[in-house]
Amino acid sequence: MENNVKRELPEDVMNDMKLKPFASSELGHPEIQRTAPVVRVTTGQNKVVDSLEEVIKSNLKDGMTISFHHHFRNGDFAFNKVMDLIIKLGYKDLTLAPSSLTGVMNDKIIEAIKKGVITNITSSGMRGSLGDFVSHGGLKNPVIFRSHGNRARSIENGEIKIDVAFLGVPISDPAGNANGQEGNAVFGSLGYALMDAQYADKVVLLTDNIVPYPNTPASIKQDQVDYVVKVDQIGDPDKIGSGATRFTKDPKELKIAQMVNQVIVNSPYFKDGFSFQTGSGGAALAVTRYLRQSMLDNNITASFAVGGITKPTVDLLEEGLVRKVMDVQDFDKGAALSMAQNRNQQEIDASWYADPHNKGAVVNNLDVSILSALQIDTNFNVNVMTGSDGVIRGAVGGHQDSAAGAKMTIITAPLVRGRNATVVPSVETVVTPGESIDVLVTERGVAVNPKRQDLIDAFSKVPGLTLVSIEDLQKMAEKQVGVPKPLEYTDRTVAIVEYRDGSVIDVIKEVKD
Amino acid sequence: MEIKTTGVAGTLESSDIQIMISKGSNGIELDLDSEVKKAYGDQITKVITETLQKFGLENAKVKATDKGALDCVIKARTLAAAQRATETSDEPELEVL
Repeated sequence: MENNVKRELPEDVMNDMKLKPFASSELGHPEIQRTAPVVRVTTGQNKVVDSLEEVIKSNLKDGMTISFHHHFRNGDFAFNKVMDLIIKLGYKDLTLAPSSLTGVMNDKIIEAIKKGVITNITSSGMRGSLGDFVSHGGLKNPVIFRSHGNRARSIENGEIKIDVAFLGVPISDPAGNANGQEGNAVFGSLGYALMDAQYADKVVLLTDNIVPYPNTPASIKQDQVDYVVKVDQIGDPDKIGSGATRFTKDPKELKIAQMVNQVIVNSPYFKDGFSFQTGSGGAALAVTRYLRQSMLDNNITASFAVGGITKPTVDLLEEGLVRKVMDVQDFDKGAALSMAQNRNQQEIDASWYADPHNKGAVVNNLDVSILSALQIDTNFNVNVMTGSDGVIRGAVGGHQDSAAGAKMTIITAPLVRGRNATVVPSVETVVTPGESIDVLVTERGVAVNPKRQDLIDAFSKVPGLTLVSIEDLQKMAEKQVGVPKPLEYTDRTVAIVEYRDGSVIDVIKEVKD
Repeated sequence: MEIKTTGVAGTLESSDIQIMISKGSNGIELDLDSEVKKAYGDQITKVITETLQKFGLENAKVKATDKGALDCVIKARTLAAAQRATETSDEPELEVL
């Protein structure tokens, strides 16, 4: 069967897994039945335990679903500690359902897959050796990739039923009141883990820092927590995020950032009280700096910034140029540390941030979203999941959610990366549908989605802003790098990319080498 | 054209290609290592082989380590390595390009 972005989906996999093809980014007003966790009642005494092994043995069974968060990123010690024991204890057929996977987890997951401990995975993304392993057919069942908003939706409606959540935190009291803002391995917002704490049957906190009761502010609350396990060290603070965010000196990135700023300033959305989301890439950070100057020059302040937060965004908050920061995760130390200092840096959970099936998520209040792309095609479909070799090396993140919600979604990308074209006739994997994308900014010019004639009219009056068609950008790229030989895949589906409503927007096939 | 020594040109920087040419007797024997081999391996092989033939080399061992170089770079590096291998660098044969 073919879906609405013209991707051929394998009949057998779709039927076996009872999946629907992607139809539209307009989700309407369906009525959704949510599920609730099973609660083992306790007065909350004696939650603190020394033996993680005993906790696992008395709560985990073969075939269950376990979850983790990725807020520690590459400074995570929680995941490997837990997985080592689970592998040692000889569990089988577990489903791994973390908010996302980081590089430090890769080797342990591959080991667990090879030993039959993990047989299913759902995640926002994966990279490095694990992406390579899965793309070469290392896991029998297809991985399901879900956006942050879709994971929240799936947990709420029971598509992801978490039996045991293992959540690392830098601080907790003996009852399980915990946050990500104090302690040694501080990462700031606990946004993604809050879903697990709310919906998992069993919630196990791991921490190296147990403080006297009660610990506030409590992001995870005592009424949600079954166990508090004391460990030696929960994370490496130096590897959680880059210490100081550097301002790019790459002339190509600076030019793109300047053009993005021009696009924003000349759009109908640049007025007092506007809102925006930027990512963590070099160009995105530079945009924040240019935007700051434009806001000062025009005497305009923003009502909020949302998303993965970086220090430059927090600086805007402290300067009074942004009124609130809606913070689902922090990308660097500056942003993580400032959460405890700034009352207006509001922690939000993944549902509040981006869930398509609730009563309104923050992304729906968003004016401008600036997102990146590994590839974008002439229909404006974006790939942030597979490289130009067809191998999994990315994450959906909040890409689909933010693009669907924002009034103007801007993709920033260099025309080519090395010998790989970024603007292509057809992306390897569709992650975000072109109907959600409004503007593409490359160093060679700005392409506006033809359905946004209003933006074309607004930008065509701007001196110095080069408007080109996306077809022309694709041809420019092809002229530089040549026509690549099409990649070869086997018939086997190794991963399914869901759209935020749970429909299938594309599948990833096993690469042929 | 006779190969007199081993000629090397290019670096291992991104968007460059390093070409090493030494004596061979069995046509152009190319050992290609490229980040974009799946998509552009055939094209890179064609450019290197054609450049060497135009230059007048029928037999050579070529080791190419590609970091995503464009065709114009591949031609230039191949010619430079060939001229160094044949010790003819004094008179650049730019018409080959």
